[in-house]
This record gives sequence, structure tokens and C-alpha cells, in this order.
Amino acid sequence: MSESEGAIAPKFDVIVVGAGPAGVAAATVCARAGLETIVFERGRKPGVKNVMGGVLYTRPTAEVFGEFWKDAPLERCVIEQNAWILTEDSAIKLGYRSRQFAEDIPNSFTVLRVRIDEYFAQQAEAAGALIINETKVDEVLQEDGRAAGVRTGRPEGEVYAPIVIIAEGVNCELTKALDMQSDLRLEDAASTVKEIIRLDREVIEDRFSLGPEEGATIEMYGASTQGMLGTAFLYTNQESISLGVGVLLADAVKDHTTPFDMLKQLKQHPVVAPLIAGGESGEYMSHLIPEGGYNRLPALFGHGVMVVGDAAQLVNGLHREGSNHAILSGKMAAETAIEAHEKGDFSAKTLHKYRQRLEKEAPTMNDLRKYRRATGFMERHPWMLSLYPQLAADSIADMMTVDPETKRTKQWNIVKDVIRRGWIPRMVWDAIDGGRSLI
Amino acid sequence: MLRMVVCVKQVPDTTEVRIDPETNTLIREGVPSILNPFDAHATEAAVQLKEKYGGHITALSMGPPQAAEALKKCITFGVDQAVLLSDRAFAGSDTLATSCAVTAGLRKIAQEDGLDLVLCGKQAIDGDTAQVGPGIASRLGFPQITYAIGIDKIELDQRTIKVHRRLERGIETVQAPLPALVTCVEEMNELRYASLPNMIRAARYKPEVWTAADLDVDEESLGLHGSPTVVARIFAPPEREPGEMIPGGADDPAGAAASLLDKLLEHLAAGAGE
Repeated sequence: MSESEGAIAPKFDVIVVGAGPAGVAAATVCARAGLETIVFERGRKPGVKNVMGGVLYTRPTAEVFGEFWKDAPLERCVIEQNAWILTEDSAIKLGYRSRQFAEDIPNSFTVLRVRIDEYFAQQAEAAGALIINETKVDEVLQEDGRAAGVRTGRPEGEVYAPIVIIAEGVNCELTKALDMQSDLRLEDAASTVKEIIRLDREVIEDRFSLGPEEGATIEMYGASTQGMLGTAFLYTNQESISLGVGVLLADAVKDHTTPFDMLKQLKQHPVVAPLIAGGESGEYMSHLIPEGGYNRLPALFGHGVMVVGDAAQLVNGLHREGSNHAILSGKMAAETAIEAHEKGDFSAKTLHKYRQRLEKEAPTMNDLRKYRRATGFMERHPWMLSLYPQLAADSIADMMTVDPETKRTKQWNIVKDVIRRGWIPRMVWDAIDGGRSLI
Repeated sequence: MLRMVVCVKQVPDTTEVRIDPETNTLIREGVPSILNPFDAHATEAAVQLKEKYGGHITALSMGPPQAAEALKKCITFGVDQAVLLSDRAFAGSDTLATSCAVTAGLRKIAQEDGLDLVLCGKQAIDGDTAQVGPGIASRLGFPQITYAIGIDKIELDQRTIKVHRRLERGIETVQAPLPALVTCVEEMNELRYASLPNMIRAARYKPEVWTAADLDVDEESLGLHGSPTVVARIFAPPEREPGEMIPGGADDPAGAAASLLDKLLEHLAAGAGE
């Protein structure tokens, strides 16, 4: 047998590091074009190490996986999206519900990653990609200043290809080792915990007024993160609820608190508790989410290498969008890899088309650039998620309370209170900076 | 050249299997399937023998199409070839019918390529019967060496094998003529981290599938027809009673030790009286 005789290291056309949505999308597109593609995954199988809140957007996903919603293991089609502002014991609720979200091409679905990632991996394998599980990539091998392959942690673990697509996720060790990204700061990532709470299908559909297959999402701001920069979320699955909290690492460290504690408190919040009552806690998971945005983009390409998905910080935290950018970036890196193979040129000169594609053919770069000031906004306005929720809730409570005071007096009392506390300059600054950051 | 076959089974990962307390049936839904751990050690043993003596290894399994995954796992160890016996006719087999089908598969391999040594796991972790290995050996007329913890040596010229067996009160070393069948326990070896070339080969590998029609076997001996075993009842073992705690160890260690001693003596006296 050749392997016992010190055989030559195997060669492929493309190596993909990581079998999350970005890596698997890249591998699928490469393999369909006939490129010999190998994917390395650390976990026992794709999906077991992956965490996200749980909303998958249909259109970007369909660009790689076609009409996946007809046979993929999805949870519920999201027809109602809510944003809640929480105080200690109350909530201001805003939501939008429409069956249109479920018609024609449905807009989004709630998913459980273990199941959906396995489905995507099957599509990649059907296209001809090889997925090697339980194998960690330790190093990107370089020859003459260009990526030439990878070294895995296995015996005889080297494998070569003219193109390496790095989809290693938020920790981006390989990207850093290649000097394509600097060390992440505590401000560049959010720590998120999530619990799957099992409930009967009928109970979920009852509590959230949903039909079969219909789903709802709730994003919660304010007291859900105890004023820290972050959000909590609740998504309905078929027979469970995903409930989670994510906060910026820097804030969590500063306040000596953990998302775990926050999740525990959230479960007892008077507005949240009835929704999960009687549920049985299932899996519990935790993950980092890149929040650096446009300011922390790594070098997206180099000689023989491209970086996609979370590893490239391609996450729009404000709109809880990550997997869509991951899939699109994987697709565009793959298209660039195909072009490079056609030309026989794997240098940065060809691979810079990857960034061009992200600029022109996907909303990714434009969206991230639009919110480039937003990432620092909360650092500049740390009171946002504590001051306004309480003020809004108090004002609403006041206006809705029927007592001898006239409505006009109540309004005046609120305004006077704001002036007396000296909040006016702060609010003007919030409005100006907020406008510049978000619009 | 040593022609070896490893017989393996895909089993539910019993560390994740629960029993439905109402129906007393196994909840298999969502439980991952793995290569039976004893069979993994048997496979590793075959690979080590091949490294020492040269040879060829075939992994053989019987099961539904998805059992191919267990065979691919064997390929990652460095097995040369894998065959899956898969047919509706095999469905519902007990250990007797399984032994018949696997024996027929082994006979086919023996006819086509020759056969010197069959390695099996001691037992499968889902049924725990330890019957199929011996069942195959008796049907093939091979000497059977069970509970093997090490293969001392193989004399290819003399056609003998010397094996250490784990017995309750010690280790027994036995020699048998080849061809023989050996069933392995975990002490046999330590599993190694598969090499990347073997991982790649396994990812590409598609095991050969043989149906009942490919085998020279009486159909009546297969599947449900050939299975006289009836599972009368499955039940979870009763919960064990909690042990007795002797308090006060931190404040009064001497007193706690004394009271432990009293209890032990009491227990011994009761035992002697029986």
C-alpha cells in the first residue's frame, strides 16, 4: 500500500478549512465546477460545533443550495418578527406579521444548525466535494510567499492545493498566523449563549398564535442585557424554543457578568417566563459572534488564499445577519477560485476579484460599510440600552394610567423630568451621532 | 501473506440510548450510530498484524445501507477492502441468522481470495450477546479464541497463531492452527489517530454490497425465518439504592472511621451467618 511507503502528499484543486455555511457553500460551488475539493472539519461532523441564533435567510442560501426549503430539515418559516424593549419588569412590543413572508420564496426560516449543516454538507458531497471530519488544520503551508496547502493534525497530515479557502470561523487562528488579521479585541466579538427549550408543538403554536410550520422571532433589547451592548433573542422551532443572550465581550468583562447569568435572569423575566413555562431544557451552547464589522475586516485575499464567513468578520450584528453573508462570501470565493483555475493564475492579482464580487454582487460590503460607525456607536453612547428603555416604558405607563391628571400635564411632567435630569444635550448628541451611524 | 477478515457491526452509541419508561422500548431516534468499540479494537489488531506480517484485510459487516459508514470508519484504520451484506432478506436477524449470513459471506471471501484469520469484537455493545463470533467459528469449523488481549505471534510457515486470553483469574496463552477466529477485548490495543491519506481514502470509499443472492446460503436460515429468538420483554434495571453516608468525617474522623468499621464488621458477620 502506498501510504506505508511514504507516498507523496495528496493534491487537490481547492482546500477549504471549516465546514460551516461559508466553507460548505464554497466547496459546493467549486465541486460543481469540477474542481477536486477537500473540506476539513474539526467536529465529529459538520454542524456539531456550530452555533447561531437560528434564522436562515432563504434567498442568499438559495444562490448556492437552490430550492433547499423543499427538502431541507428546517424548523419554521418566519412570518412574524418582533422587537421588544425590556425594562426590569415590563416590555414595549413592536412587531410585523405577514403571511407574505411564507409565500412564493419564503423570506427566512428558523433552523437548528446540527441538522441544517449536515444537509448542506450532503449537498457538497453530492457535488463531489470530500469532507474530512474530526481533522483540525494546524497551519497553512506556504511556498514562495504563497499558500500552497495545509498541514492537519493527523499523521502524514499534509495536503496541497493552489487555493486555500479559509472558513475557520470567528477565532481565525490561521488568518492571524498568516498576518491577514490582527488579534481581536474584546470589542470585536460578542459572547452568546443559547438554550434549546423543549415544548410541545401545539403549545408553541398556541402561545405565539402560529399555524403549523409558521414561526415567530423576538429580538429583545434593554434589560435583557442589563444595559450592556447586546441583544437577547427568542426563536420558535418545531418542538422547541431557542432562547439566547449575546453581549459584547468588552462589556461582559467590565461588568464581571456572564451571558449565562443573563440568560438565567431572562428566563425569569415576567414577560418572557410565561412563553417558556413548562419547557424542558435541552441543549445548551455558547459561541463567539464577530462584531468588528467593516473596521476589522481582515485582508480578504492573498496569494493562493481567501478568507470567508465569520473568519472574515462578515457579520452585520445590527441586523443579526451572518449566515447569509457567510454563504455568499463562500460562493464568491469559489467563483474566484474557478476563474483562477481557468486562468492558471492563483496570485492575489486574480483573487482580488473575490473582494470585487463581494462589493458588487452581494450586499455584504455595502451593508458593512454603512454600519461602520455603528460598531463604535454604543461605546460612545453607553447609556443607550438603559436610559431610553426605562424612559420610554415609564412614559407609556404614565400616559396609559387613568388618574385625575390630564394627558397634557402628564406629557409636561415627562418633558420636565428629562430637562431636570439634564438629559437634553445627551439626547441631541445621540440623535446626531445615531443618524450618522445608522442612515 | 496473511488474508484477514474483520467482522464489524454498526451500533447505536449506547451512551446516548435511553429506554422509554412507558413502552420499555429503546429510543433510537436521534442517537448517532458508531462502529462497535470492540470491533474497532479488532480492526486495529488486524492492521497491526498486517504491519508486522504483511497481508490483506477485508472488513465485513451486515446491516442496512447506512452501515456502510461503519465500514468506512474501518477504512480510516487502514483496512484494504470493505464488504456490506445488505438485503431485505437479512432484516430481523437474531444472532443465529446473523452467524449464518456472515459465515456465507466469509465462505465467499475464502473461496475467492483465501482466508487465514477472522477477527471479531468480543461482543456488540447493543445486544451484548457475544454469540456471533463463536457462531461463525463453529460454522466455518475454525478454532475460536475468545477474549483475546494480545496476539503473541503468527507462524506463517507452521500456520499457527498464539494468542493471550483474558480470563477471570488470569491470562491464558493458547496456540491454534490457522485458519482461526479471534474475538478481541479492549485491552488488545490502543486505537491510533487515523492518518490523513486513510481519511481521504475512506471519504471516497464505497463498500461493495452483497445481497442474499450473491451468497451460497439457504434463504430459510436468514432474517426473520432463520431467527428463533424472541425478545419477550425489555426493561430498565431497577434503580440502585443509594449507598449509606457516614457523617462527621471532617469534624470527627476517628469517630466516623470507627462507625464505618462497626458497620463493616456487622456486614461480615451477617455474611458469615448466611
